[in-house]
Amino acid sequence: MGNVEDPERWHRGHEPFGHWRRGPFGLRHRGSGGPLRRDPADRLAGGVASGVAVWRGFNVTTVRIVFVLAALIPSGFLVPLYVAGWLLIPAAGEDTSIGSRARTDSRGIALAAGLATLYAFLLFVAGVFNDGWIDGYAWPQVVTVAGLVLIWRNGSSEERATLRRLGEPLGSVASPTARTRWTAIRLTVAAALILGGAGWLAKAHESLSLLRPLGAVLLVLAGIVLVLGPWWLRIARDLSLERRARIRAEEREEMAARVHDSVLQTLALIQRQADDPQKVVWLARVQERELRSLLFEGGAPADPGLTLTAGVRQIQEDVESRYGVPVEAVNVGDCALDENLTALLAAAREATVNAAKWSGAGVISLFAEVEPDSVSVVVRDRGKGFDSSAVPEGHKGLAESVHGRMARHGGTASVVSDLGEGTKVSLKMPRSAVDRSRSGSLS
Amino acid sequence: MSGVPRVVLVDDHGLFRSGVRAELGRQVDVVGEADDVQPAIELITSVQPDVVLLDVHLPGGGGQAVVQAIKTVCPSVRFLALSASDAPEDVIAVIRAGARGYVTKTISTGELADAIRRVAAGDAVFSHRLAGFVLDAFAAAASSDSGGLAGGVKPSFDPELDQLTSREREVLRLIAQGYTYKEIARELYISVKTVESHVSSVLRKLQLSSRHQLTRWATERRLA
Repeated sequence: MGNVEDPERWHRGHEPFGHWRRGPFGLRHRGSGGPLRRDPADRLAGGVASGVAVWRGFNVTTVRIVFVLAALIPSGFLVPLYVAGWLLIPAAGEDTSIGSRARTDSRGIALAAGLATLYAFLLFVAGVFNDGWIDGYAWPQVVTVAGLVLIWRNGSSEERATLRRLGEPLGSVASPTARTRWTAIRLTVAAALILGGAGWLAKAHESLSLLRPLGAVLLVLAGIVLVLGPWWLRIARDLSLERRARIRAEEREEMAARVHDSVLQTLALIQRQADDPQKVVWLARVQERELRSLLFEGGAPADPGLTLTAGVRQIQEDVESRYGVPVEAVNVGDCALDENLTALLAAAREATVNAAKWSGAGVISLFAEVEPDSVSVVVRDRGKGFDSSAVPEGHKGLAESVHGRMARHGGTASVVSDLGEGTKVSLKMPRSAVDRSRSGSLS
Repeated sequence: MSGVPRVVLVDDHGLFRSGVRAELGRQVDVVGEADDVQPAIELITSVQPDVVLLDVHLPGGGGQAVVQAIKTVCPSVRFLALSASDAPEDVIAVIRAGARGYVTKTISTGELADAIRRVAAGDAVFSHRLAGFVLDAFAAAASSDSGGLAGGVKPSFDPELDQLTSREREVLRLIAQGYTYKEIARELYISVKTVESHVSSVLRKLQLSSRHQLTRWATERRLA
């Protein structure tokens, strides 16, 4: 099957490299038989090596080693060739190559040309000092620079992510915010090497004979800066504008995604459950909480293991979603959790769950207050209530385990209930000295 | 004032306005609606209602702008703030501007009509959430005092205005726990009238206290 010509596929393979699958010398091969495609699933850079490997049936690692060795040969033309491959070979699953998309991107082409001339100019300056192999290696990279710019502008977001990953070491040097001690050391070493190298070069050229070309270079440099400077400036500005626009677009997308995931989904659910008022109220409550935390707390809810407020909110969420009873939670003050306060929260959770399960009340109120030397939580409902002397099944557990939990950690608990009036569970836990001194920053 | 209170609705959601108007029915007399700060100010000055039901969040400057503008022109008009998304700093700002109470939009119709009547009669209406905010605000102000003279000069320090009495705190706590005034009265062995006067006193302190900690509280809370 792999050797049978498939005319349809042949037509789809209209890209410049499409006909290569027959092999440059007309040889049959043991590869996939399909058109040459980059393989984004198995990539280190552009996925060209893995694409070639699949296409020709070679081992990927072998192809990669050959590529790297070839890239190191002095003339250095394989690097731009690789980039050209990245640009011109479509990725697997895509119809068009990045290059064909880039044809319509006039600003991208201008940018690529601009950066390539800038790079060529730098090479020209460097070339005055040295005609060695670095020079010969570096000139083909003019094409590389232009190609990478076009890939960056026209590639999919995956391609951009790969480029960003490859460029990260450079970026961390350039960006002042990402500067760590480690990059500072690297920068220092690099600067020392460059200065040393420059000094060495100057020495090799003998002091006087160096001056003449240097003067000429400075003149040419001044001229080129005068002519091309504004253009480069504009390119730089375009780049930063584009980056900002992209960041904005990403933020908008993220917001839209969150609104879609939460609000729109819930609205759809509400429409479908319109005949079940209990369910509708519950859905609306869950959504309200989510949206509130998104709007006022700037994102995901805090880790419930950290503060009292977060812990109370966790209880509220869990009980509302599990038992469908709204919980009105009010917090006064906040503090970090320690072992005792975690026990307090556990007792509060138990009391709230009990109220949700047994009281039959339409709403449960959960009130937590941090005072200078104690933390209290009150769980209250206006439900059935019970006669404290004749405790029904299910409430026994509450009284025992809540009292027990609190007593073990030095706290107190009281349960007041009257038939038909509802139940009130008051919990109080003294605060440790350590915790008090820490809470100054939290409250 | 006789019969049902005359009410103006100020909310930028037309759907919400018509919903409230329909639900309240004959319990109150809705004499006008506005959807933004400027039209609201004009409407309120011309019809002089008993109570304005005011959304905390309005496109043209928020509910507090309306309260401030009307306070000097017609001081007899009373405001009941309500919102769906109550960031504490916004709610406290509207109350400090002069609103007599605050309820959430999830409130039931009966409770809303009741709250409007209370505000019309000159009482304060605190929802459980507002009670929590207020306790929090005064607690934060008190704790920043104990740390010495934070921020340097304290303008017109007035202990009577800057602190809640223990009774007031007790009443607020019970409101925050979802108690009605009647239940609070029974719980504390006082009359409903006394509960109301405690709440009004808290409201007065909240509005008159010049303590900068109280105004700064909301922003600090948000940063913490």
